[in-house]
Amino acid sequence: MTLPFLILALVTLAGATAAMTLRKLVHCALALSVAFVGLAGLYLALGAQFVGLVQVMVYVGAVVILIVFAILLTRSDEPGLPRALRGEKRARLAGLAVAAGVFAVLAWALAAGGAEAGIAGARPEATIDAIGSALMQRFVLPFEAVGLLLTAALIGAVVIAMEEKQSPK
Amino acid sequence: MNPLTACLLVSSLLFSIGLGGALMRRSAILILIGIELMLNAANLNFIAFWRYGPHPEALTGILFVVFSIAIAAAEAAVGLALIVAVYRHAKTAEVDSLDSMKG
Repeated sequence: MTLPFLILALVTLAGATAAMTLRKLVHCALALSVAFVGLAGLYLALGAQFVGLVQVMVYVGAVVILIVFAILLTRSDEPGLPRALRGEKRARLAGLAVAAGVFAVLAWALAAGGAEAGIAGARPEATIDAIGSALMQRFVLPFEAVGLLLTAALIGAVVIAMEEKQSPK
Repeated sequence: MNPLTACLLVSSLLFSIGLGGALMRRSAILILIGIELMLNAANLNFIAFWRYGPHPEALTGILFVVFSIAIAAAEAAVGLALIVAVYRHAKTAEVDSLDSMKG
């Protein structure tokens, strides 16, 4: 575990925590982009350059912008505390307990499992060349399926978000 | 701590943060953000196992992550469109207020 890895992990986790705890939704979106940039740095540190750059382009460039647009279109800042404080606190505590439980199970599995089998020493290479060949040869079917899925999702998103026609009643 | 375990620990923390956020917050957009964080935690696992596992030359982990990112982008687009449509209909994007099926 090296220092850059530690710093990137801290940036990612801090961004994620801020994205989930800040009050204003726009601040949450900005913190989310920090977390995504940190993750891209982690991918780069692990030697997956292509995935790191795709992460920056797709997540920071597209998904966060989409989220900001949705925030602007809905103006859904969570209102101040007094309105729904009654069941709120218990629900939050239950959510926190579930998340902590999941983390405890995962950490226990990590501690008990012992992942020292098969640690590759050399840093593997993932050139764009090799990724392109793999996409066009071994993974061509999933590649086409993802293309179809993206087309369907884009058309579906436009249709769903389109202005409803006012039907005469 | 060996590097693979460190990566898995970071990703399990990220997953738990996303899960906790998705369960605790009321805004539908924030729940979607939590789901995105959980997806990213899974991606980090794939990259870590690609880097430290056997046969990295097969590139399976990397390509799985590329497909997963594409699917997550599609999911975000459709999910946010649904949120905007629901907001237009119910004038709110808080999941607690959306409790009637025919409003």
